[in-house]
Amino acid sequence: MLTANTALLREDDDALVDIRDYVAGQENKGLLRFLTCGSVDDGKSTLIGRLLFDTKLIFEDQLAALENDSRKHGTAGDEIDFALLVDGLEAEREQGITIDVAYRFFSTPRRKFIVADTPGHEQYTRNMATGASTADVAIVLVDARQGILPQTRRHSMIASLLGIRHIVLAVNKIDLVSFDEAVFERIAAEYRAFAEELGFTTIQPIPMSARYGDNVIRSSGKTPWYDGPSLLEHLETVDIEAEAEGKPFRFPVQYVSRPNLDFRGFSGTVAAGSIGVGERVTVAKSGKQTRIRRIVTQDGDLDVASEGQAVTLLLEDEVELSRGNMLVTPEARPHVADQFSATLVWFDEKPLLPGRSYILRTETDEVSATVSQLKHRRNINNFAEEAATSLDLNEVGLCNFSTQAPIAFDAFSDNRTTGAFILIDRLTNATVGAGMIQRPLRRAANIHWQALDVTRQSRAELKHQKPAVLWFTGLSGSGKSTIASLLEKKLHAAGRHTYVLDGDNVRHGLNRDLGFTDEDRVENIRRVAETAKLMADAGLIVLVSFISPFRAERRMARELMSEGEFVEVFVDTPFEECARRDPKGLYAKALNGEIQNFTGVDSPYETPERADIHIETTARAPEELVDEIEAWLKERGHC
Amino acid sequence: MPAALTHLDRLEAEAIHIFREVAATFSKPVMLYSVGKDSSVLMHLAMKAFYPAKPPFPFLHVDTTWKFREMIEFRDRMAREKGFELLVHVNEEGVRDGINPFDHGSNTHTHVMKTVALRQALDKYGFDAAFGGARRDEEKSRAKERIFSFRSAGHGWDPKNQRPEMWKIYNTRVAQGESIRVFPLSNWTEQDIWQYILQENIPIVPLYFAARRPVVDRGGMTIMVDDDRMRLQPGEKVEERLVRFRTLGCYPLTGAIPSTAATLEEIVGEMLTARTSERQGRLIDRDEAGSMEKKKREGYF
Repeated sequence: MLTANTALLREDDDALVDIRDYVAGQENKGLLRFLTCGSVDDGKSTLIGRLLFDTKLIFEDQLAALENDSRKHGTAGDEIDFALLVDGLEAEREQGITIDVAYRFFSTPRRKFIVADTPGHEQYTRNMATGASTADVAIVLVDARQGILPQTRRHSMIASLLGIRHIVLAVNKIDLVSFDEAVFERIAAEYRAFAEELGFTTIQPIPMSARYGDNVIRSSGKTPWYDGPSLLEHLETVDIEAEAEGKPFRFPVQYVSRPNLDFRGFSGTVAAGSIGVGERVTVAKSGKQTRIRRIVTQDGDLDVASEGQAVTLLLEDEVELSRGNMLVTPEARPHVADQFSATLVWFDEKPLLPGRSYILRTETDEVSATVSQLKHRRNINNFAEEAATSLDLNEVGLCNFSTQAPIAFDAFSDNRTTGAFILIDRLTNATVGAGMIQRPLRRAANIHWQALDVTRQSRAELKHQKPAVLWFTGLSGSGKSTIASLLEKKLHAAGRHTYVLDGDNVRHGLNRDLGFTDEDRVENIRRVAETAKLMADAGLIVLVSFISPFRAERRMARELMSEGEFVEVFVDTPFEECARRDPKGLYAKALNGEIQNFTGVDSPYETPERADIHIETTARAPEELVDEIEAWLKERGHC
Repeated sequence: MPAALTHLDRLEAEAIHIFREVAATFSKPVMLYSVGKDSSVLMHLAMKAFYPAKPPFPFLHVDTTWKFREMIEFRDRMAREKGFELLVHVNEEGVRDGINPFDHGSNTHTHVMKTVALRQALDKYGFDAAFGGARRDEEKSRAKERIFSFRSAGHGWDPKNQRPEMWKIYNTRVAQGESIRVFPLSNWTEQDIWQYILQENIPIVPLYFAARRPVVDRGGMTIMVDDDRMRLQPGEKVEERLVRFRTLGCYPLTGAIPSTAATLEEIVGEMLTARTSERQGRLIDRDEAGSMEKKKREGYF
């Protein structure tokens, strides 16, 4: 398809080059992935359109369609609007903006390129991050008339966080400032000054007019004062190879292949380094050692597998190994920990809440995780560290993480593949954040779980009961505490060992430092759930009486407990009835605006979707309801 | 140290990684098999990904009943030779209503026999992930699509609200009824496809090679008369010409190009000097502006 390459083919058709040789030459070219970013209207899409056009990569029918579209949607007057080549969604063409990242492909005699054209609007930052996560070079565009804008800084910071080490500062629309060298130098100097702490290896400023092609693929006569490379010359020569070399062997296990009893293969892609048949490897999480027996591919066994290859490994010994674990070199093992610090970029409209349980996914592993501490948020303008209790959409912060099981990882600065993760919301399954791991926390390294001889089962047997956590949720004043207290009396009289954890009481002690913001409510529940878990472990039937308004936290509590141990009891009383009862006079105050963040008034209550026990208090007396719960427990052998 | 990986080696490894990721995380995947060259490459990669085992999912062909006869023969031969499980789905309601590209136009025909048929098949078997051979270089709305592309319970695509896709960490979680379309060839170009077919000697439908075929000129395209359902319009004349196809679909909607390229080498040579895109030969993409995005939002691949 490349007319740019036709020069390599001899004109004479009979002498049709040895195509196989030609193809081999094509394939040995290096690949460079880059993105264009920067603020809205700085000309990102136009630049890519120009690159494709000038490297002759636009087909005739595409050009005809583009001319047609330019007349309909174009913003370049009678001329061709190159942005329409990449803005492929209807909404984008109608609004003249880029919403999501578009990938385009081109090649020159020296390199192949994959370009990610990313949106400039702040609200679409996560799409910019998507494009940046796989790129080697970022072209940061700046409108020469506007200079450096907040989005220039934000995108540069995200590029830096995601591990991009090479920046092209494209000072675009230089034609609109009369090709003025002083403007160019001022912007370049300002950029270098603020980018100093972002750790880029190279920053190449280029004065440019994407619309007219100045300094895009060849040097422009209109900027005689500029003696640097054109954009394309720079992209063809910038050295990115050095980064991948010399890293220790890492093989995240993706899939276990067992076609028959004699074959147990571990499939995956080598994330770093290389390994040969007969060499020793260590299972990251267990520390068990073995050797490589075979490296299997359909094209025949290999002697060595190295970074980027998708292979299937057979091992000498039967070791415990499955998806989520890693095979690594014994000389340099990764960290294995359940607590670590990481930089987090937040992608969701709903803010990050420390203490809330999210799903954390690395390339192949998946665990429950919470942010145990939000250390600080980064200000995108001056990169300063600021105190914060949550992260909003597009914000960046440094967090301590705690996972339910240990994961194997490297620092992101050492390895972009094994040091990264995403966070997923448990209810919506949305990808809500991206993390770059800094380091394991010391306390995780030193505190090991103590396996004790007296087990939870033996403790429960001594009490002749099956432990349970009855989680009473409902509005304030719905009758949770009344019912829990009545039930405890009854169970106690029957010789059962119980304990009631009451929302109000716990706030006088364990949780006295917490308020009623969303973040504090989440932490409040987390502590109570952990306490209930310890009590259940001790063999008790625990009655938790807590408003616990959010589904996510109730689900988190459920997942903390053993299977069948958590019993969600929805104490269902309509808001009007609770407000009428108002045993503590709180509704009157909240409705008067004297109390903030009151559940049901100005803070939401998320109704349980599938409570284990659902009781409606307006229909029956508390005693009847307690009998019903007791019968439920008896049926399942708890008492 | 072994020789550095070539560009095609990297594309191959990326696709294999994607195949394995789906097999490891979804409960009921399927591969959409359209019998074209991209499907041939996809099948070849699926075989590699799970070797020595067979791919742990069936292949699904949505048959509009208007495919070239040679495609159907090729499909059945591949299923026999490679030993994969082949499911064929036809929208029987569409057949009963006599939907065809001549009377109902390409839009309605494609919607009923392809998009609706695909949705029927996915619902019937309850697949939660479906591989497709779409590439980002094919078309502008495809250039915007994720490798793991989320679909609502109604199979709809919401291009303005796609999940971020960071590194090679794919979010494979879906709720009941929702699904993910997976595109292992996202980063391949048409040129890569042909060069890979050449390198790996992958079997493809003979229609891709030049041969003398009976054709008529219609609406600026060269249409092959594949069976006697093709109705000639006044003034149309069937001629034998040396042609081949760059893409394959329903025969009344797919344009042939004049060509003498009868070997893979000659096809790649022809590709290198092509002046028009492969989709030019597809009537359905030209019907209206933004037509691909619209079809995709409705559930088309």
